[in-house]
Amino acid sequence: MTAATLDRTQAKSPARHATAWERLKVNRDWLGLWFMLPAAGFLIFFLAYPLGLGVWISFTDTRIGRSGTFIGIENYQWLADDSIFWLSVFNTILYTFVASVFKFAIGLYLAILLNENLPFKALLRAAVLIPFIVPTVLSALAFWWIFDSQFSIISWSLRQLGLITQNINFLGDANMARGSVIFANIWRGIPFVAITLLAGLQTVSPSLYEAATIDGATRWQMFRSITFPLLTPIIAVVMTFSVLFTFTDFQLIWAMTRGGPVNATHLMATLSYQRAILSGFLGEGAAISTAMIPFLLAAIMVSWFGLQRRKWQQGESND
Amino acid sequence: MTTIDRRTLLKGGTALAAAGMLSGEALLDYARAWAQTSPWKPEKGAKLTVMRWKRFVPAEDEAFMKMVEAFGKANGVEVNVFSESFEDLQPKASVSANTGQGPDIAWGLHSLPQLFPDKVIEMNDVADYLGKKYGGWTSAAEITVKSGNKWLGIPVASIGGYMNYRKSSSEKAGFKEFPKDFPTFLEYCKAMKKNNTPAGFALGHASGDGNAWTHWILWGHGGYLVDKDDKVIINSAETAKALEYAKQLSETFIPGCGSWNDSSNNKAFLSGELHCTNNGISIYVAALGDPTKKEIAEDMDHAYWPVGPVGKPTELQLHVPILAFKYSKNPQAAKAFIAFMLEKPNFDPWLMGAKGYLTHCLNAYDANPVWTEDPKRKVFSQASQRSLPASGIGKPGERAAAAIADFLVVDMFANVCLGREDIKGAISICERQAKRLYRA
Repeated sequence: MTAATLDRTQAKSPARHATAWERLKVNRDWLGLWFMLPAAGFLIFFLAYPLGLGVWISFTDTRIGRSGTFIGIENYQWLADDSIFWLSVFNTILYTFVASVFKFAIGLYLAILLNENLPFKALLRAAVLIPFIVPTVLSALAFWWIFDSQFSIISWSLRQLGLITQNINFLGDANMARGSVIFANIWRGIPFVAITLLAGLQTVSPSLYEAATIDGATRWQMFRSITFPLLTPIIAVVMTFSVLFTFTDFQLIWAMTRGGPVNATHLMATLSYQRAILSGFLGEGAAISTAMIPFLLAAIMVSWFGLQRRKWQQGESND
Repeated sequence: MTTIDRRTLLKGGTALAAAGMLSGEALLDYARAWAQTSPWKPEKGAKLTVMRWKRFVPAEDEAFMKMVEAFGKANGVEVNVFSESFEDLQPKASVSANTGQGPDIAWGLHSLPQLFPDKVIEMNDVADYLGKKYGGWTSAAEITVKSGNKWLGIPVASIGGYMNYRKSSSEKAGFKEFPKDFPTFLEYCKAMKKNNTPAGFALGHASGDGNAWTHWILWGHGGYLVDKDDKVIINSAETAKALEYAKQLSETFIPGCGSWNDSSNNKAFLSGELHCTNNGISIYVAALGDPTKKEIAEDMDHAYWPVGPVGKPTELQLHVPILAFKYSKNPQAAKAFIAFMLEKPNFDPWLMGAKGYLTHCLNAYDANPVWTEDPKRKVFSQASQRSLPASGIGKPGERAAAAIADFLVVDMFANVCLGREDIKGAISICERQAKRLYRA
């Protein structure tokens, strides 16, 4: 077929109409397709393929280094009846929800604060970024020491002050451990929210505030009717990312508790790793990872549909 | 230098090495002599790649590399060694086994060769040769690497863990001798708590220490996760008794054990807050190496795990077997290397270099000076003798390894000891998890 096409191309007469091939050659969409290919190739090989493979493995009894056979939804059936798996789902949702709410509230507050004319503004803004710059594993190790059952600096200080007589059992008690890892995650996540929202705040035109001041608006009214609506699109993006990062968090938990005590801080990501890599049950670990997809998809949908809407884009109500 | 023949060299080499002093040159001479008599003749121009776990003690690594060098030169074999962390070793070996590519030899943990019994070279001849020469193998080591009558690998050593305790505080609590049975041990822990010199055992996800002490109590009461046919039998009266005992014991622990990982008890012991725990020899080695911890090093000692109601030791020690892959182009060289490693002139200085971290699985090495040089190391010499295989009475293999990696037993004990579940609830959660791993 190609050969035939070539033959015809060579034998063409100048007066003849352009062939389909010739028309295609100058077609801009066709050219665009080729330009798109490298990017699409990357996406397919490095994202779509592994994702598809992961989903496929979750339907098999694959162990590490040994390909498995298709077993349908057996892995999921076992998980459905597995209290530790459901505990990890509960932990993940709790972890994501609580951490995201706090990160948003504190991040927004910090952003507004940093947007004011403060002394040493540049320095302060840089300082806020520190938790974000420190490698996660390092900060996790630092928190691990801070929350240590014997050597916690917090316990020590409070004991020196005479406020407590015994060390606080930060990571040894289920709820305390949850609180501690959530706290570490919030500390780490705030700079991302704060700095991005600060960037958003700076795009708000000062003339709007001037006009509002002339109209006699209070600061709260200004925030409520100018700042917040104009900031909504960026809030949507930032919080989507923040939720995604938190939901899939692994390093903090792994360095601090390894999912203990008695799985009270196991997230879906850490449980998946433990079962897939450490115990060697790749199929089951993949099933746990795959079970995260619906949640992540939901978070992405919120932002995707949100970004489509002009109200979110421009802060106006002309949908 | 007078002319020396093979025989005098072998003798001389053995004598020298017994003192742990074989120099590089003498070792090479010994290796040359060994190569001539060895039943395994390495293939011409053979190359071996060895994957091993990352060392803890530099001296152990030095002794190992010296031996590798001597073997290579004497046999004309190019040996390359690379190391992997404990956690990465098993996955990498599994992938090699199934893709037929990678190192010729893997030195790993637990029952590694059992994970792919068809992919490893049978080592019966090497095991017989070494077993006959060095007083036989310990039973736990043998079970760990054997499938039926086939040796799937060679148990090089065990990494022992024992009771670490402070002598002064134990005496103050009224115990001149470390307890030898469970009731006395409970009394001991109670007395230690009363004096504010508490004991503590990891209840967090500590793969080494946590698994060791919980299995010890479970097995000591006669409870097992699975029977010899891998049927789940954790739901038993013995398990309930073990949990009851552990609950009482845990009430005497230093606060915070629920969050402990493998290094937590090391830190607490070295800071002087913890007076009894289970650990490898690392706490002692660290205390010796730190001038500020001299007092602790002098005051601490090690003891066997007390023996439970079943009347025999029920310790869980970590085995480190070595194996050669079937795909290797140089099986004879691999066998020669493995046999050479465990010969006295090599293994003696190597054990010395390991300072008690490694325990032999060949009975004759009880006589190694590492165990007599410092009496505080002595109990570690029995780690392989007194140990059960990690699978308990069940079949060694990937399911047993997964049960340990998944903290089934640790979590069951932690559930009870931390008051999150009653005994019945904790057992049923563990039973459910065990059935998941042991499903057909």
